[in-house]
Amino acid sequence: MSKPYEPPVQSAAGQFFDTLVVLVLVFASLMAPLMFKAAPAAAEAGDKPAPTWESLNQTPAMVEQWDKLGVKVDAAAPMVANRFDYTIEPLSLLLTVAVLVGYFVFVLRTSDREYREVIRERFGSAKGN
Amino acid sequence: MSATAMTASAPQKNALLKVLGPIHVWALGVGIVLVGEYMGWNFSVGKGGAYGSLIACWIVGLLYTCVAMIDSEVTSTVAAAGGQYTQAKHIVGPLMAFNVGLYLVMAYTMLEAADALVVGDLLKTVAGQYGAALDTRPFVVLTIAVLAWLNYRGVFMTLTVNFVITAFAFVAIILLFFSVSGVGGGESILRHSELLTDLPYGWIGVLAALQFGMWYYLGIEGTCQAAEEVRSPGRSIPLGTMGGMITLLIAATLTWYICAGLMPWEYLGQAVTPLYDAGRLTGSLELEVILFIGTIFSAVASANGCINDASRAWFSMARDRYMPQWFGAVHPRYRTPYRAILFLIPIAVSFAFTGLLDQVITFSILSGLLGYTFMSFNIVRFRKLWPLGSIHRGYVHPFHPVPCILLGLLCAATYFATYLGYGTTLLSIMAFYILISVWFVLRRYQYVRRGDQFTMPWPRPRGY
Repeated sequence: MSKPYEPPVQSAAGQFFDTLVVLVLVFASLMAPLMFKAAPAAAEAGDKPAPTWESLNQTPAMVEQWDKLGVKVDAAAPMVANRFDYTIEPLSLLLTVAVLVGYFVFVLRTSDREYREVIRERFGSAKGN
Repeated sequence: MSATAMTASAPQKNALLKVLGPIHVWALGVGIVLVGEYMGWNFSVGKGGAYGSLIACWIVGLLYTCVAMIDSEVTSTVAAAGGQYTQAKHIVGPLMAFNVGLYLVMAYTMLEAADALVVGDLLKTVAGQYGAALDTRPFVVLTIAVLAWLNYRGVFMTLTVNFVITAFAFVAIILLFFSVSGVGGGESILRHSELLTDLPYGWIGVLAALQFGMWYYLGIEGTCQAAEEVRSPGRSIPLGTMGGMITLLIAATLTWYICAGLMPWEYLGQAVTPLYDAGRLTGSLELEVILFIGTIFSAVASANGCINDASRAWFSMARDRYMPQWFGAVHPRYRTPYRAILFLIPIAVSFAFTGLLDQVITFSILSGLLGYTFMSFNIVRFRKLWPLGSIHRGYVHPFHPVPCILLGLLCAATYFATYLGYGTTLLSIMAFYILISVWFVLRRYQYVRRGDQFTMPWPRPRGY
């Protein structure tokens, strides 16, 4: 049976550095989407007609509830206008699928290789090996 | 699995105390998740309309039922600190385990940050109602710091507190339902026929709503984190987890029913504290106060459970040297993973300070989703490497492989839902997991003792 793998001892500075790497990666991934976000459109000229509940397609019952919530029509207008764009871009969808599949394939294949080392050390070499 | 509980009776240096019963497992699971009924779920209304959100609620409920079934079997068998992380270590391999550990840490730490944000926002809203301006940041820090202190002191007290405040938050939803629906006497004030609209985005909106539909249940799998500290895992884990799922399905449906009958969908889809708003709309001061307390309690219970779970996952990874070993220490007196608890405080606080609630929630949701994807193939491998009868299982889930196939399909649909509207965030988070995986392979794995990664008293896995 081969000798068990003996890992090196990590220094305190090394541990600190590794912790820092994780932190930097986490914050970078949290902030990155903001960098790609389009800047909000500049406010349009003031000749745009003021919104009304009718122009926002709100029924009397809805208006009543908006009122009870203390939201005036001006404040409600951007909430009503705020819509998602569900246009599917084939390229970005393909990229997303490739990234997800590639990630899992990489993790599973590497894990399997590492798992074999773990099992070999824990149980010894399999018969026939 | 609080690392916290390192053992009392047989004071193994790195073992946790076995003090928890099914009620604590329920409290841990539901406590983390119930805040999802108080805030966050309603973003699914914004993505797919009110009906879209309801459909998402039930579809995602199915996803989580699969998660609970699969997780109960594996956790009741691998009853060790680290939950899914430890499962991955024994069933798939170190890199997968490293990733799963990170999914847990990120999902819970981000959720904790979102909880603290909600506490701050709610206090600010209420202060605003009385004409006062409030800086939310001190409340965010205070919430996280007090809960971290509770966790520092011990898991039993932490989860007992969670049980009490979670029960209150759940009862508050029931009370609101009886008050507004007319079921408890009086007239119904719900106006579904006047407020509900058609699907604003059509069926693609329903699909898109799956993303935030996860918020109804995200974190229920956290019950597994207590596996090492549960007295009888084979009984307590399935009982606490499935009981928690039933509780959440009821609470989610009632929450949707109440809110959809009181608010226009455009408002509901962007509200920060929809159940509190529902309380306000009743016109009853008592209900408003109850829902205020319910919202605060649910957020606190959730953050409390998140600190418990995230620190245990971080601790477990450090104990195995997947992360710097310094974090793998247990408090000499309280038997808690105190360094991991303390380390995660500033991280949660800084996430909360970003104020990016939807980004933070999406990071949490996606980390959870990656974990569920792992579960779908983990159970297949588990049954293949150790077929039924080859090892003792505390619980065997029925209808295998239907739950894991369904889970895989629903996960794929939810990735697509996240792509719709949050595609950049999705890619950014995946970049994080890919980069950190490469970093693990090239840098961290050298510190890992290979043979120590398999500690269960099981026979050699088939095929290896």
